[in-house]
Amino acid sequence: MSRTPLDTVEHAAATPDVELPWAELGLKKDEYERIVEILGRRPTGAELAMYSVMWSEHCSYKSSKVHLRQFGEKAPESDALLVGIGENAGVVDVGQGYAVTFKVESHNHPSYVEPYQGAATGVGGIVRDIIAMGARPVAVVDPLRFGAADHPDTKRVLPGVVAGIGGYGNCLGLPNIGGEVVFDACYQGNPLVNAGAIGVMRHEDIHLAKASGAGNKVILYGARTGGDGIGGASILASETFDDAKPSKRPAVQVGDPFQEKLLIECTLEAFREKLVVGIQDLGAAGLSCATSELASNGSGGMRVTLDDVPLRDSTLSPEEILMSESQERMCAVVEPGKVDRFLEICDKWDVIATVIGEVTDGDRLEIYWHGGKIVDVDPRTVAHDGPVYERPYARPEWQDALQADDANKLPRPRSSEELKDQVLKLVGSPNQASKQWITQQYDHFVQGNTVLAMPEDSGMIRIDEASGLGVAIATDGNGRYAKLDPYTGAQLALAEAYRNVATTGAKPLAVSDCLNFGSPEDPAVMWQFAEAVRGLADACQQLGTPVTGGNVSLYNQTGETAIHPTPVVAVLGVIDDVARRTPAAFQEEGQLLYLLGDTREEFGGSAWSQVVHDHLGGLPPQVDLERERLLGEILIAASRDGMIDSAHDLSDGGLIQAVVESALLGEKGARLVVPDGLDAFTFLFSESAGRAIVAVPRSEEVRFNDMCGARGLPAARIGVVDGDTVEVQGEFALTLRELREVHERTIPALLA
Amino acid sequence: MTARIGVVTFPGSLDDRDTQRAIRVAGAEPVALWHKDKSLKQVDAVVLCGGFSYGDYLRAGAIARFSPVMDTVIEQAKAGLPVLGICNGFQILTEAHLLPGGMLGNDHLHFICRDQKLRVENADTAWTTDYTAGQEIHIPLKNMDGRYVADRYTLDELEAEGRVAFRYLDFNPNGSLNDIAGITNEAGNVVGLMPHPEHAVESLIGTGRTDGLPFFTSILKKLVNA
Repeated sequence: MSRTPLDTVEHAAATPDVELPWAELGLKKDEYERIVEILGRRPTGAELAMYSVMWSEHCSYKSSKVHLRQFGEKAPESDALLVGIGENAGVVDVGQGYAVTFKVESHNHPSYVEPYQGAATGVGGIVRDIIAMGARPVAVVDPLRFGAADHPDTKRVLPGVVAGIGGYGNCLGLPNIGGEVVFDACYQGNPLVNAGAIGVMRHEDIHLAKASGAGNKVILYGARTGGDGIGGASILASETFDDAKPSKRPAVQVGDPFQEKLLIECTLEAFREKLVVGIQDLGAAGLSCATSELASNGSGGMRVTLDDVPLRDSTLSPEEILMSESQERMCAVVEPGKVDRFLEICDKWDVIATVIGEVTDGDRLEIYWHGGKIVDVDPRTVAHDGPVYERPYARPEWQDALQADDANKLPRPRSSEELKDQVLKLVGSPNQASKQWITQQYDHFVQGNTVLAMPEDSGMIRIDEASGLGVAIATDGNGRYAKLDPYTGAQLALAEAYRNVATTGAKPLAVSDCLNFGSPEDPAVMWQFAEAVRGLADACQQLGTPVTGGNVSLYNQTGETAIHPTPVVAVLGVIDDVARRTPAAFQEEGQLLYLLGDTREEFGGSAWSQVVHDHLGGLPPQVDLERERLLGEILIAASRDGMIDSAHDLSDGGLIQAVVESALLGEKGARLVVPDGLDAFTFLFSESAGRAIVAVPRSEEVRFNDMCGARGLPAARIGVVDGDTVEVQGEFALTLRELREVHERTIPALLA
Repeated sequence: MTARIGVVTFPGSLDDRDTQRAIRVAGAEPVALWHKDKSLKQVDAVVLCGGFSYGDYLRAGAIARFSPVMDTVIEQAKAGLPVLGICNGFQILTEAHLLPGGMLGNDHLHFICRDQKLRVENADTAWTTDYTAGQEIHIPLKNMDGRYVADRYTLDELEAEGRVAFRYLDFNPNGSLNDIAGITNEAGNVVGLMPHPEHAVESLIGTGRTDGLPFFTSILKKLVNA
């Protein structure tokens, strides 16, 4: 039996006519030709493997790049930004010498194929991004979207995803403090499993992904490399699901949170001893990504001996080793004199660590296997010079009809009785119902610094015990709004996350985003994407919150049907003293309820239109970013100066949803009076943006009113915290017991 | 003078730093102990904290129980060293046979994290004297394998000797027999429970209650007065 010779660089040069499986690896013909042009010869199998994964949509952002540039071009001046887009995660200065890194990423496609492992490894990946910056991870958040709550497949996907997030995050010892759970039939075959993480470090501890200093050693440490996840990024995350193709289960990676916990501790210990020159985690595209990115960001080249990579499966080919997405691996660049100490620390934590190469003074990435050179490339061409597409985009012809189908004209309740019934229907609908069954599967308490966690408006973590310095994070995104108008929808996502952070008393500082869309090859989807990015970039500029990084997930569609355009926006805020935080729960009977902001007849994309009429049409609520900023300033000042004891942002479900949530959380009712100029229905259900309710102690009423008056923020007294019912005077009263029953039974009944 | 209380870190321990903080908040001195190290550094008491030692891939606590440090913990606990096992620590104590019975997966098969109501049944152990018997408290609970089981004879013995230290109230979160949340050995120096008192020591953090602090003040008083 004859063996095919090793496909070395030399061999490739000598055999130009050998056909390579570029199409099977997801490359287009012109992309393959470009690789041949760059190399001046056909690529070796190993080179092809590297280019194919690194040039995939998931890794190269080839369809989104031309639009994403706006986040840089329109970035507002911000003193807070220490590291911006392009690194593993952005880094923000939060004062007192602390820096915070945070990012949101998607793990959508794997989570549909294999919900538990897909979601688990999503947590693992984002956490490694945080460690790679030099930070200790301190919290995670999980914005999730699923198909219809009563669809049988949702009962397969959701419990698996939730158990996966819990199984991984709980085992890492990271409190889960926020996120969302949204149901909509548009996500039926394409659930969105986004994962966010926050890490904290001192300014001087920031680490970057670069390999510098000829002679420095490249150390691969963590799990052994196996055959799992091969082609995960190029095949799974960059193509539309298609019934005709075989199962993609083998492309989903399998997570080991215990290994990741050890990786966190040994990495942080190595950082503490200043042993690391550059570091990169192995996520999508595995070693291909880590070696090419480290080498292209550094000053020299890199030589790697692939035979030295510890394997789980000794039969793996070099191409497979380069493409494997086995989890819980990292790559560090370490000075020769510090290698022994680095390996000692890994050994202390029972983590396997191996020197697999070194930084060279050339500018090539060279990889050897069995003594032959199988890769010889300019690493920049792999990591950064991927194709860039100007995909055609066009406003879909159905957009006008969708916007003309005005939700404000839907039949409204005609009696108090009907109004009450609709309130109950709303607070018990899957999207508005309590998500406790889900969130109680996550550890909120570990690390002992959790100040606020869901269902609060934002999650909040104390980062300094002595001063009380803390950070807050909120994630939001309303696909229904974005479907009606992607530009406004993206701005509303930012506005809501910004407002949620301010509602808890923290000052919004910076943004990370996860842009979930359908196929970029569909001009209508591309238009949605272009509009959403433009909207978000404009809004970030105006609110002064720069985008520090994020993730794009395309091809979230099954057949011709794309998901709603779903830009998920995370806003990070800072609070000088967490003791001043504002919770959502009503605190004390007798406190006065104020509605801040303007309420208009805005029902397009609203929860009411969905729950009562199963309708999506019209225009989303107007955006007024200056108003959002003012509202934020008032909420922060009122928290700092002790003028309010609780606050809750108004968003989907409108005022009544917010009042019911605050009442149930605080186990105290409320008596509401419809303010002059509004009808009860609009008062309760409108989703006008830029609004919040606050509970003001009577002793603070004058001071609070004066502040709002002086700053020009509309503030209407709408009632009082009182009793054990939520009563709308002249309309109806509902007991807390009844509301709790309706609010809390829905999710367990559907999914437990 | 204050007491020195050791907190063991196993690979996969998660609440080690939280437990050290709780010890500090109570006024004692926390001492970090390492699983590969037999030495307990002359501490006056030891806490085995929560987490997923060795990933809990075999059976919760089953591997950690064989760590070098545990040889010393077992030996000294038998000689009277106060030892508290929280969650994974409780699981390790049962695996080490310092406490009877064992833990199975929650009966509903999900991880559960909640503010749990408990009744203090035994306020005479080394770790519970700052409570009063019958006192109702709220302590965060978070676990996957929290269902306490033991044979009928052992249960009867625990009940008869007043060795059920804590019982779940209003809601049994995992299917534990007799609603058992925590138990003690005969001597009262070794206590294990599933809920996490170290997460309830500061009014601002977590659930905002401080019902867990008496664990750490109880032992401090005992050690300082000894």
